[in-house]
Amino acid sequence: MNQLPSYLLISSILAALGVITIVGRRNAVAILMGIELLLNAAALNFVAFGRFVKHQLGAHPLDGQIFAIFIIVLAAAEAVIILAVIIAIYRQMASIDSDQLRQMKG
Amino acid sequence: MTVIPAFVVAFSRNLVYAAFALLFTFCGIAGLYGFLAADFLAILQILIYVGGILVLLLFGVLFTQKVYSPSVRAGLGTSISGMVLGGILFCLLFLVLGIGFHWNTVEEHSAEPTIHGLGELLLSRHLLPFEVASVLLLIVLIGAVAVARKELE
Repeated sequence: MNQLPSYLLISSILAALGVITIVGRRNAVAILMGIELLLNAAALNFVAFGRFVKHQLGAHPLDGQIFAIFIIVLAAAEAVIILAVIIAIYRQMASIDSDQLRQMKG
Repeated sequence: MTVIPAFVVAFSRNLVYAAFALLFTFCGIAGLYGFLAADFLAILQILIYVGGILVLLLFGVLFTQKVYSPSVRAGLGTSISGMVLGGILFCLLFLVLGIGFHWNTVEEHSAEPTIHGLGELLLSRHLLPFEVASVLLLIVLIGAVAVARKELE
């Protein structure tokens, strides 16, 4: 279990499932869930590489975890903004089906 | 533990089930952080993802549809293309990262608390991103209220 490839396997499965969720769903909240899965996979990769790969000169061993912290911060901010937009759209159009949002089409 | 609920997120018909499956995925990732000797990150994951983002997601689900109505599904074409895309992405990622490279790995060092080091790094080497992230959070706070509030007549 405690080897680098097992973590890479888990995170690539998570990333692929995130892409499947983003592409295959039409509900905007479900698309947001897919984005969260993708971001989690990326953060897991950062931490796993930071733990297992030998560090270059001038790098700190905890740099990967710092990156993961910033990813979590960005994910939180992005979830809040997307949900605010979803609620605004829902109030206007009574639907969050992403195939029906065509008003901005040229 | 981590992966199986993620399949539920991707393929479940009911959006509420998907949200609860996401809960288990996040907890599983927190456990993986624990295995990776990142104790502070594990706590952060549970606090922010499970405590914050997931509650927000559930609010979003419950606000915008009737509770147990099945979610809108994509047509067959888009879901098949999604699976193909996901499969290709998985093969690429795992073959290139997991098998293709020989990473220069180090021996396992003993797990020690990381909070002290993380705090030092955040306030010395990564001070600028830290400040930018705090400004970003402020902007998001104001922006979310501005976008989601009722329009004043």
